[in-house]
Amino acid sequence: MKKVFERPEALHHAPFHYCPGCGHSIIHRLIAQVIDEKKLRDKTICSLGVGCAVVAYNYFDVDLIEAPHGRAAAVATGVKRARPKHIVFSYQGDGDLAAIGTAETFHAANRGEHFTAFFVNNAVYGMTGGQMAPTTLIGQKTTTSPFGRQHEIAGYPLKFSEVLAQLEGTSYIERVAVNSPAQVRKAKKAIEKAFKHQQKKTGFSMVEFLSPCPTNWRMGTIDSCKWIDDVMQKEYPLGVIKEKKC
Amino acid sequence: MDKQLLSGTTAIGEAAIQAGCKFYFGYPITPQNALPEYMSGRLVEIPGGVFLQAESEVGAINMVMGASAVGERVMTSSSSPGISLKQEGISYMAGQELPAVIVNVSRGGPGLGSIYPAQSDYFQSTRGGGHGDYRTIVLAPASVQELADMTAAAFDLAEHYRTPVLVLADGVLAQMMEPVKISSRKRKKAASKEYELTGAKGRPSKAIHSFRMDPKDQEDHNWKLMRKYKRIEQREVSCETFLMDDAEMAVVAYGTAARIAKGALKRLRKEKLKVGLIRPKTLWPFPTELIKEISKRVNDFLVFEMSAGQMIEDVKLALEGKGTIHFYGRPGGVIPAPIELYRIISRHYYQAKRKQKK
Repeated sequence: MKKVFERPEALHHAPFHYCPGCGHSIIHRLIAQVIDEKKLRDKTICSLGVGCAVVAYNYFDVDLIEAPHGRAAAVATGVKRARPKHIVFSYQGDGDLAAIGTAETFHAANRGEHFTAFFVNNAVYGMTGGQMAPTTLIGQKTTTSPFGRQHEIAGYPLKFSEVLAQLEGTSYIERVAVNSPAQVRKAKKAIEKAFKHQQKKTGFSMVEFLSPCPTNWRMGTIDSCKWIDDVMQKEYPLGVIKEKKC
Repeated sequence: MDKQLLSGTTAIGEAAIQAGCKFYFGYPITPQNALPEYMSGRLVEIPGGVFLQAESEVGAINMVMGASAVGERVMTSSSSPGISLKQEGISYMAGQELPAVIVNVSRGGPGLGSIYPAQSDYFQSTRGGGHGDYRTIVLAPASVQELADMTAAAFDLAEHYRTPVLVLADGVLAQMMEPVKISSRKRKKAASKEYELTGAKGRPSKAIHSFRMDPKDQEDHNWKLMRKYKRIEQREVSCETFLMDDAEMAVVAYGTAARIAKGALKRLRKEKLKVGLIRPKTLWPFPTELIKEISKRVNDFLVFEMSAGQMIEDVKLALEGKGTIHFYGRPGGVIPAPIELYRIISRHYYQAKRKQKK
């Protein structure tokens, strides 16, 4: 019988601990598939952020360092500067990358560091129990915005991909979603492209994933996927935000 | 190499290069700027060498973490407020068991403080500084030659024990010029390089992390660290004693303060006052046993620091309630003159004599 699907080699044989309907496991698998297909495992080093994916060292079967909360871009900078021929990627959530790690991410992007950032945006702090994130939508209820996010108090949802796209140092930035098979396929293409930009050394590359968090959104998994289409994408439109020639 | 006349910062930088340091990440802060300036010019001459000015001290220490994780010799430097920002990364590297050399050209605090030489980062340096059960080796040079020697030694220690090592200097040491000999050292292959990330070619992948889901795992890891720290305490204590053979009173001072104390001691000895100096060259591990031993024949200890009194706590711990302890300190970046210290010491010396007669 022809095998049409199997676990990527760049993933350990370990069951994911993520909640049902969470996007992390899909994104892990996509990254691992691309690493397999492009035969990159031997020279890949991951700089891992802190959030729900903090134990992703149990899943990614690549060399990996867990960075302090928010600092994955700085750690990735150190790794890539010391090992310029390796493929280096960071893996961070929205709180990690776009709140506490704003400075590190912004300046790594502005320096045009040749690594790829995978940015998982689920509009909440998932690991800590669903608090408001910089990406939380106006009116969205979280445990620290119980009446819904109000811009008068908490400012506006941060479109960090668009912010980084302004910088000369960035080469490729795309926002994708993992809430339907069609979007998942597009997400994989984006990961491939981002690695290609890294290999061509055209500058900083990043893929933002809109990712469901049914647990902290207090929704069913199907409703969560629908919410990404109906609500989240209005604030965070999908597509290529920046692409330099490569 | 012959002796050269070098400033402290240049000596640190060149000694690091000669010790095989290829990576420097830092952020400007007075009074250590001459060091990153030197490294920015020097590292381009080294094949594969990288100097990078980070966006902050936080960024810099995490870049150090990245380069260390792939097995490179890497350093950063800063001054007190900047070291506070680096503490997060230092705690992580202690937990991850990654080597790094961190130079603190300290200044008067708290807060932004003054830019002048002070020793008020003793607690921060020797108590771990950041969060969690950990220690860092702390080297305390007192001359430009020692800045060079200890910087080089710091790389070996950091790699041997897989732990961050601090070199604690101040603006006097960093900015003065002295004749110094910098010898190039062969980098010893670290005892264990199994942590080094190279890409998982033909082997299982490795993960360097400090997070552990299971508290029992974390406990095991913490005890492992503690066993390492015990080994360091047993093996790595370094201390100079000066004029201690016949001393009736001991001054305890390190770094710049110890040099000032030597000046005061010269004058005291001319007047036949039997005072000696104990100069810890490692602040952690602290020369506890040595001080304990000396306390069997010396009763009076005068701790002299360019702070409001921090190392005095370690001296008290070493004395275990025995002897008499005196303190003199000038915090905030004021540099006391030897004559000032001479007056303080002689007063205590004669008071102690009078007490003995009674």
